[in-house]
Amino acid sequence: MAIIERPAPTVPAIVTPTSTYGLLKRPVSTTGWRSWVFTVDHKKLGIMYAATAMFFFIVGGVEALLIRLQLAAPNGKVLNADLYNQMFTMHATTMVFLFVMPMAAGFANYFVPLQIGARDVAFPRLNAFGFWAFLFGGIFLNLAWFLGGAADGGWFMYAPNSGPVFSPSHGVDFWALGLQITGIASLTGAINLIITVLNMRAPGMTLMKMPIFTWMITVVQFLLLFAVPVITVALFLLSFQRNFGAQFFDVAAGADPLLWQHLFWIFGHPEVYILILPSFGIVSEVLPVFSRKPLFGYPFVVFSGAAIGFVGWGVWAHHMFASGLGPVSVAVFSLTTMAIAVPTGVKIINWTLTMWGGKLWFTTAMKFAIGLIVLFTVGGLSGVTHAVAPSDTQQTDTYYIVAHFHYVLFGGAVLGIFSGFYYWWPKVFGKMLNEKIGSWNFWLMVLGLNMTFGPMHILGLQGQPRRMYQWTEARAGEGFFNLAFWNLVASIGSFILSVGILMFLINVWVTARNPKKAPLDPWNARSLEWMTTNPPKEHNFDVIPTVHHLDEFFHQKFEEDEATHTMKQVKTAEEIMAEQERNADKHIHMPSPSYWPIVLAFGLPIITFGLIYSHLISVVGGVVVLFAAYGWALESSTAPDSDFENNSTGTGLDKVAANHD
Amino acid sequence: MTTNTAETKQEHGMSDAGYIRIAIILAAITALEVSTYYVDFGVLFLPALLIMMVIKFVMVVSYFMHLKFDNKIFSFLFYAGLILAIGVYAAFLATFKFFIQ
Amino acid sequence: MTDTTHGHASSTGISNVKLGMWAFLGSECLLFGGLISTYMLYRGRVSGGPRPSQIFDIPFTSVSSFVLLMSSLTMVLAVSAAHKDDDRKTNLWLTVTALLGATFVGGQVYEFTAFYKEGLGFSTSLFGSSFYTLTGFHGVHVTVGIIMLMSLVGILKRSSVPGKKAEVVEMIGLYWHFVDIVWIIIFTLVYLIPV
Repeated sequence: MAIIERPAPTVPAIVTPTSTYGLLKRPVSTTGWRSWVFTVDHKKLGIMYAATAMFFFIVGGVEALLIRLQLAAPNGKVLNADLYNQMFTMHATTMVFLFVMPMAAGFANYFVPLQIGARDVAFPRLNAFGFWAFLFGGIFLNLAWFLGGAADGGWFMYAPNSGPVFSPSHGVDFWALGLQITGIASLTGAINLIITVLNMRAPGMTLMKMPIFTWMITVVQFLLLFAVPVITVALFLLSFQRNFGAQFFDVAAGADPLLWQHLFWIFGHPEVYILILPSFGIVSEVLPVFSRKPLFGYPFVVFSGAAIGFVGWGVWAHHMFASGLGPVSVAVFSLTTMAIAVPTGVKIINWTLTMWGGKLWFTTAMKFAIGLIVLFTVGGLSGVTHAVAPSDTQQTDTYYIVAHFHYVLFGGAVLGIFSGFYYWWPKVFGKMLNEKIGSWNFWLMVLGLNMTFGPMHILGLQGQPRRMYQWTEARAGEGFFNLAFWNLVASIGSFILSVGILMFLINVWVTARNPKKAPLDPWNARSLEWMTTNPPKEHNFDVIPTVHHLDEFFHQKFEEDEATHTMKQVKTAEEIMAEQERNADKHIHMPSPSYWPIVLAFGLPIITFGLIYSHLISVVGGVVVLFAAYGWALESSTAPDSDFENNSTGTGLDKVAANHD
Repeated sequence: MTTNTAETKQEHGMSDAGYIRIAIILAAITALEVSTYYVDFGVLFLPALLIMMVIKFVMVVSYFMHLKFDNKIFSFLFYAGLILAIGVYAAFLATFKFFIQ
Repeated sequence: MTDTTHGHASSTGISNVKLGMWAFLGSECLLFGGLISTYMLYRGRVSGGPRPSQIFDIPFTSVSSFVLLMSSLTMVLAVSAAHKDDDRKTNLWLTVTALLGATFVGGQVYEFTAFYKEGLGFSTSLFGSSFYTLTGFHGVHVTVGIIMLMSLVGILKRSSVPGKKAEVVEMIGLYWHFVDIVWIIIFTLVYLIPV
């Protein structure tokens, strides 16, 4: 909604929205469910992304617990083989595509505009579309559970196993088409954030003054921009094979199964950097604040992030060492994989040196950040052993690999995400998460994840293969390394991990019911997103800041004392905010809410549903998409001034907002 | 999208006549390409064809799409994707021994 | 959002939409690259069906390619006219571009029907599947482009394009040229290199 201040006493503005096609007026609600469903506000969208991702985290977690229940004892009866295949496929798919990626999108959507001093992203309606496409895609993917069985070919869905002959149920179709929809969401989100970062930085904010979180997100968006099309190709080839008789993966026709593997992993390897870099960014924000020291080696952290993004394109076939690539390919990819450990190591060093000599403040956010450094490193070390192709030949397809990626993903990506929760909760919700419960949350998660995934190194090296729905006493072996004992430990660990996560949910609940508001700047933070109210006003900043330093907010509060060469506080956060309010911009145009993003997004699963069941339904979906596309194109992104009648508001921009409906 | 730049007039350097000249050159190169179907180029066949393809590609991108005259950032966005695609897919084909006759 | 129509400078001084379009085209390189690579891998695997050199009609496709190439010229003339605020010429050149594009697509349809009759179906062989997928994706992109061109003509007639008209024409132009350069590659690699 356009917020217009006119010098007049407090009479609410009356809104008469313009109409598209002569009949559809654009939405204008600022309260209630409509203000969420039709919003284009990056902050609301960020919250919706994160909440939805959290829901899918629980879904994926339940899938994991079922797997661990099945493997806790020999000859497990919890899941039969078919259901087991579906379970591990959907667990991974959910965690990768429906939890970590959208959670990072949630953080990115909320904080990147704030961190660069902008009022929203470059294409707000496209942003909204991205969220709804993700939600509908995620739901579509999971519909398969109720419609004949979920996808069961593993999250990497190797063809020809995933083809029509060996995977006859619709599960794989729901999977492939659902991921196409979420892929569109990721691609549009990537374009949006890249242009936002390139074009919408506050005056004075050069690229090398941007916070590291924004930098890492930017690298991630470039990775998405270029990687999503590759899996798009793979998914199309698979869908054409399954539904239209294409021959791409038909070995009898001369197809090479490695085609799928290459296409998938050319996407899949940059994908894992997409998963980890946001958490690296979060941790790079948290550590300096709670070490009360600036980040050590800012340029190195920036360039190592970019280097990881770049070199990450050259390593994909390390997922295929045992596939018959041949010695030359294997050797080349083995070398490139070893190379990529270097920029990651640079980050670990910089984080450690940030803490060195700092006055450490062990808040829950800090604990999670330190947890990432330690546990990601563990995962990184096993990763280095995979790079050595001969040893990988023993490790591949065993639980040793499962151990590796869960340490880097859970110990890395997830701990980083939780660090972000505890750090930024006061900013988003105006309340502090409870630190005591937070401590329980952290330690139970650390205990749980080490108990679950630590033993998997042993299980793997002892030969337990991945994706086997049962293990037997006969295979378990004896002595310290017997599979029976460590499988049980891992399963118990997974439940302890769940309790840890439950602690977080309890914390959220307790905090929501606690009326105590957070102080304006609870952590004495450094970057621009903290130079706003808790939560930020709809337009983020009363006046767009002019940036003179890296860690601009910190430098507005502290200046160097010439005599002692220490930083002395010259202003409090409250003083800075008051100054902003006094100089508030008079005329701020915010982008207006719109129906078209959700309508267009809704057309997509209709199309894909029709591709599985009846092409007529697809036509209907196509019409919806076309209708919404035209509506969108013909609507201006900000409602014109004429929508808002000349009645006016007093001072509070909030007053105008509250009186719209 | 109503977002537009502060600066309004971009330097659109070429006149219509200039564009037509480019189009004639492109048509000539295309004719030359097609001639390889009829005329035996011998060992020069593949290199000549590929070079002509690249020249046409770069000409359309640089002149018709105006990339040569625009801010370098557009070139970065596009060529990053293009070079990445060429690199990754060439490596992919190489693992299939595609370039070894 | 920093509303740049009111004179607020963007960090780079250039248009969001133009940046977005070029980023999108960069990503499309990966899409078509994948399809082209799949074709290059499978072009010789014919399962006893027609081979590329047996089935392609180079003279016909050359004419088709020429038509598409010329549509890039007419597109650029449309953009040029839009920058000069010449609505009539803009619409004229946009329409001609769409017609040339439609001619190209028509040629593709004719070509595919002929191939099908000569025994090359989508499921006949790896060559068949890869060929139709690659050229089909390209054809769909051209068709979407034609729809955008005609929609633009319609909208320009009503004079209700949000934002600057010339920029919208330029953006569609960029998309159209991209579709043309993809064909430059396809024509050479698929048709002119015999298998």
